[in-house]
Amino acid sequence: MQLQLENVCKKVGKDFHIRDVNLTLEAGTLNILLGPTLSGKTSLMRLMAGLDQPTSGRVLVNGEDVTGVPVQKRNVAMVYQQFINYPNLTVYENIASPLRIAKTPKDVIAKKVQEMADLLKLGPMLKRSPQELSGGQQQRTALARALVKGAGLVLLDEPLANLDYKLREELREEFPRIFAATGSIFVYATTEPSEALLLGGNTAPLHEGTVTQFGETIKVFRRPQNLITAQIFSDPPLNVLPVTKLNNTMLFKSHVEVPLVGKLPELPDADYTIAFQPNNLSIIRKADSDISVKAKVAVTEITGSESYIHVDVAGLRWVVLAHGIHNIDIDATIEVFLDPSTFYVFDKNHNLVVTPASVSEA
Amino acid sequence: MIQKQVNQKAWFMVLPVFLIVAFSAVIPLMTVVNYSVQDTFGNNVFSWYGLGWFEEIIHSPRFHDAFLRQLLFSGIILAIEIPLGICIALAMPKKGWGVPVCLVTMALPLLIPWNVVGTIWQIFGRVDIGLLGHTLAQMGINYNYVQDPLAAWLTVIVMDVWHWTSLVVLLCYAGLCSIPDAYYQAAKIDGATRLAVFRYIQLPKMQRVLLIAVLLRFMDSFMIYTEPFVITGGGPGNSTTFLSIDLVKMAIGQFDLGPAAAMSLIYFLVILLLSWVFYTVMSNVGEESKGGH
Repeated sequence: MQLQLENVCKKVGKDFHIRDVNLTLEAGTLNILLGPTLSGKTSLMRLMAGLDQPTSGRVLVNGEDVTGVPVQKRNVAMVYQQFINYPNLTVYENIASPLRIAKTPKDVIAKKVQEMADLLKLGPMLKRSPQELSGGQQQRTALARALVKGAGLVLLDEPLANLDYKLREELREEFPRIFAATGSIFVYATTEPSEALLLGGNTAPLHEGTVTQFGETIKVFRRPQNLITAQIFSDPPLNVLPVTKLNNTMLFKSHVEVPLVGKLPELPDADYTIAFQPNNLSIIRKADSDISVKAKVAVTEITGSESYIHVDVAGLRWVVLAHGIHNIDIDATIEVFLDPSTFYVFDKNHNLVVTPASVSEA
Repeated sequence: MIQKQVNQKAWFMVLPVFLIVAFSAVIPLMTVVNYSVQDTFGNNVFSWYGLGWFEEIIHSPRFHDAFLRQLLFSGIILAIEIPLGICIALAMPKKGWGVPVCLVTMALPLLIPWNVVGTIWQIFGRVDIGLLGHTLAQMGINYNYVQDPLAAWLTVIVMDVWHWTSLVVLLCYAGLCSIPDAYYQAAKIDGATRLAVFRYIQLPKMQRVLLIAVLLRFMDSFMIYTEPFVITGGGPGNSTTFLSIDLVKMAIGQFDLGPAAAMSLIYFLVILLLSWVFYTVMSNVGEESKGGH
């Protein structure tokens, strides 16, 4: 199965929930929709499933236009953030329910349910009711129900968001194996960049209903074509530095001067936005070429072995990801160091013009 | 070990609750128990009568009749109000301006005092001046709740349905609103029918509120007094003399304190027993359907 969205728009009232989305998803692929809440992940999924009809544009399955075909007649399955199971049916009956609706013979049902139970490690729970299961097991049941249909398109809408982190990690580790066992198109919505990176596959970052880029997850992460993609794909938030290049100098107001190294001298005079990851902002000098900037500490978050130091630089808020525990007083003025070789540079239309040296080589 | 400090102040904290419960429940109940085992010939002179009144009440045809009438009444009420309430709740809008309109409309009958409800229907059903009674009479239908037991029953039942179905509706509606939208979406994707959605999603999710609705409606209808008293006064004959009406007739009308006390204790125990049965059965139905196929 191949799913194609062509210039798909969804307008509710005057607002675009989805704007001009073009995507082609191939069978056997995992496709991640990455974006914050309200970026349009669920809206896009509903359009893919056929739960909603696009205001304009077409949805094609294997080249055939299915726009307007209701969800019941499409071969789709969906898993939600909430654990959705029939509350008064056993796990077995829950998994069997889509097959029963499709009037599958009994022995086939038994075989398929068993296969799913093995795949999702639900064997011993088949006779229980969903309420007697842990959250992780409930979500496994919901997943089994979605997969048992053999649907060509499986939509997973933040399936791990309601699980505690241990169960989340456990299930996430199993996902690639479970997905590989089917061969359907998987679409997986998440708000967490790290989840997208762990799952691999392809990623489509979403921003206000627009897909900002689409490609292999790691490539999208390392070479974001525009600033918004880079921002969506960075957690903690990406550090940005608006600069103006004029007569062989690159300045942020009068506070920061960026030395013209690497590809920077080739850029024409204009306004640019420099972006760099929090782990490339440091409180210790690592190389002579590092740029030193004075910053005022706003808050420090310590996560055990790492510290996130939020600092203010002339109206900009940056985050330093530092190894070890650094308990710095609020309002203290410290020196932070920028490594120009880690800079992503975006032009004034926020399109990527310079990739960091480390990424270019890779 | 740390020596725990004994603070007698705690008694003062408990005292108000203790007093309230004592005066509102324990003492009145004990008074009734006291009456039920004694006989009196007036002048505040009492003599021990043992369980005599209980035996008399249990074997009295008058009690049996009232008890059967009561069971029939509660049965009919539940059989109408619960399904009707579920249907109305299902039909109510889930969003938009219709929601407050429906909720307020539904809540209106619940806000009316019981004897006012009785009076409304008493007048409404009168053949000479009542809108309902007069219209029916004009149409040639023989409806007269003062003379015809069937008409009296119908009036009381219709009135109770009018008065209390709203409660079931509101409870069911609350239950329905708590079902996340994703359930319906999932069912839609599965291709489940409307009936299957009701049977496998809505009904199980409403089970708890339904249990409360059934219990409340059962207890309330089993204790019904004011409305039939206002409309029919228990008549014609004894045809709408339910247990409460009978009890009041016995205790206040005839001043038979002993039998009335014995009857109220039996009445109380019956309600307790039946409520327990309802609760256990309905909770078990849920458990079984979870376990079985």
